[in-house]
Amino acid sequence: MSEELTRERAQALIEEVLEVYPEKAKKDRAKHLMVNDKAITQSKKCITSNRKSLPGVMTQRGCAYAGSKGVVWGPIKDIIDISHGPVGCGAYSRGGRRNYFAGTSGVDSFCDINFTSDFQEKDVVFGGDKKLAKLIDELEMLFPLSKGISVQSECPVGLIGDDIEAVSKKKAAEIGKTIVPVRCEGFRGVSQSLGHHIANDAVRDWILSARDEQPFEGTPYDVCILGDYNIGGDAWASRILLEEMGLRVVAQWSGDGTLTEMENTPKVKLNLLHCYRSMNYIARHMEEKYNIPWMEYNFFGPTKIKESLREIASHFDEKIQEGAERVIAKYTPIMDAVIAKYRPRLEGKKVMLYVGGLRPRHTVGAYEDLGMEVVGAGYEFAHNDDYDRTMKDMKDATLIYDDVTGYEFEEFVRQLKPDLIGSGIKEKYAFHKMAVPFRQLHSWDYSGPYHGFDGFAIFARDMDMTVNNPCWSLFKAPWQKPAAAEPEQKAA
Amino acid sequence: MANIMIRKNAEGGLVFYLPKRDIEDNITSIEFDAPEKWGGELKLANGGVYYIDPIPAPARLPISLRAKRLDGVE
Ligand code: SF4
Repeated sequence: MSEELTRERAQALIEEVLEVYPEKAKKDRAKHLMVNDKAITQSKKCITSNRKSLPGVMTQRGCAYAGSKGVVWGPIKDIIDISHGPVGCGAYSRGGRRNYFAGTSGVDSFCDINFTSDFQEKDVVFGGDKKLAKLIDELEMLFPLSKGISVQSECPVGLIGDDIEAVSKKKAAEIGKTIVPVRCEGFRGVSQSLGHHIANDAVRDWILSARDEQPFEGTPYDVCILGDYNIGGDAWASRILLEEMGLRVVAQWSGDGTLTEMENTPKVKLNLLHCYRSMNYIARHMEEKYNIPWMEYNFFGPTKIKESLREIASHFDEKIQEGAERVIAKYTPIMDAVIAKYRPRLEGKKVMLYVGGLRPRHTVGAYEDLGMEVVGAGYEFAHNDDYDRTMKDMKDATLIYDDVTGYEFEEFVRQLKPDLIGSGIKEKYAFHKMAVPFRQLHSWDYSGPYHGFDGFAIFARDMDMTVNNPCWSLFKAPWQKPAAAEPEQKAA
Repeated sequence: MANIMIRKNAEGGLVFYLPKRDIEDNITSIEFDAPEKWGGELKLANGGVYYIDPIPAPARLPISLRAKRLDGVE
């Protein structure tokens, strides 16, 4: 892109894009689009978020059930999540995010299997409680090594007023395992975000305090990783750094996590929060109830990782602080080599992001380490506290869009001509057809991990592989090319 | 009335958090700040003013409370 993105140009672009909407829709959408201004500390004044999407536009959001089952509960490996309701919802949230786990699927780990009560008409008419009880018995017989069960309500369950709590309590007493009813019906809230909250509350109410009275052999260096779903092995790439600096990771929430780990979490000394959006609720609760401080960290890109390691270490004694410096010293030359290799190929490239959770702000540092610039960023389901944090991390005049519609996103891309887009699977093929390099950043486009130092090496390679792929120049059919180019081609 | 949480930030100041509205901001002044009486009117950096019933100062923060909005952005 030749033209520099200025505040005026970005503002003009927003206005131009809004032109096509009817008056009412225009007024509504205008509140969700803004040009970043670092001087503003309160995002509330200039962007609206966490509101219902407009009917009639394309939105990329999911439902509360997706937020609870797909994001928070799904990755806990030794708990069976029942998708309670019709069969379809579960089919799309069955390990599709590639939450890796160590274990044997179907024996002691259950992340990638779809368990559902498969509601039929008669279950909607007569209620599904009996079916749920029977299902739990069957699960107990077929998968005796599971540590617990969660009942993830789909829409019909809330509509017909089933009492899943009563069934769960009764069955839990019978089989002697934890059974957690989760009221995450898809119609609750405006996006998957409320599902995260409901899931957090269910963990708080049914799991967290289970081992409060039990003895635990703690160390002064116990920490917990919150909000890392081990996509492509992310949590593992983060964990080794923490362990290398001398900390003991007691629990991973929830990628490759277990029920026991979660029950032991109230014993840790510090909660490390990666995805603020999906797990700040439980972090705040543990701070109040168990007096465990929490901090947000960022393990994308060497600059941010180093900052985060030092900040984590500052909560502990000198031994850990030395450990952090040792880890940084060990990886710095490796990271310098990665940057030396890829930066020349990526320098100055412009990126637009539209993802969920934490990525639009957290990955900025990693792109900057590679000399790339983020010119636009937005979230599917962020709240104002996310935008407060985003505005600090973004450059001035960055375009910020909340719950962007399919049309708006395409128009922004047409005008800003980024060299790379990072977004979800629903956007991927539209932009492929526009010949814009694209990476699916929800589950790392079947790659990863991207967290930690090891992850950054893969991140850098993937970005180079995408941006500099020769395929992007081959999108025009030969007969659509301008005539002047023809002789050249023949010569070649 | 809304559920809020008051916690301490790294600098030792009080932070107000209202989950329902995603308001997280520093508390610039608190009406009563004595061991036996704590609370009352809370002024936030964003201009908001909230009221919590005075209680004996909590032994430790964070603490969840019910608050009433008196003035300012919501
Ligand atoms: S909105 Fe309801 S029916 Fe649709 S996927 Fe979510 S839970 Fe299932």
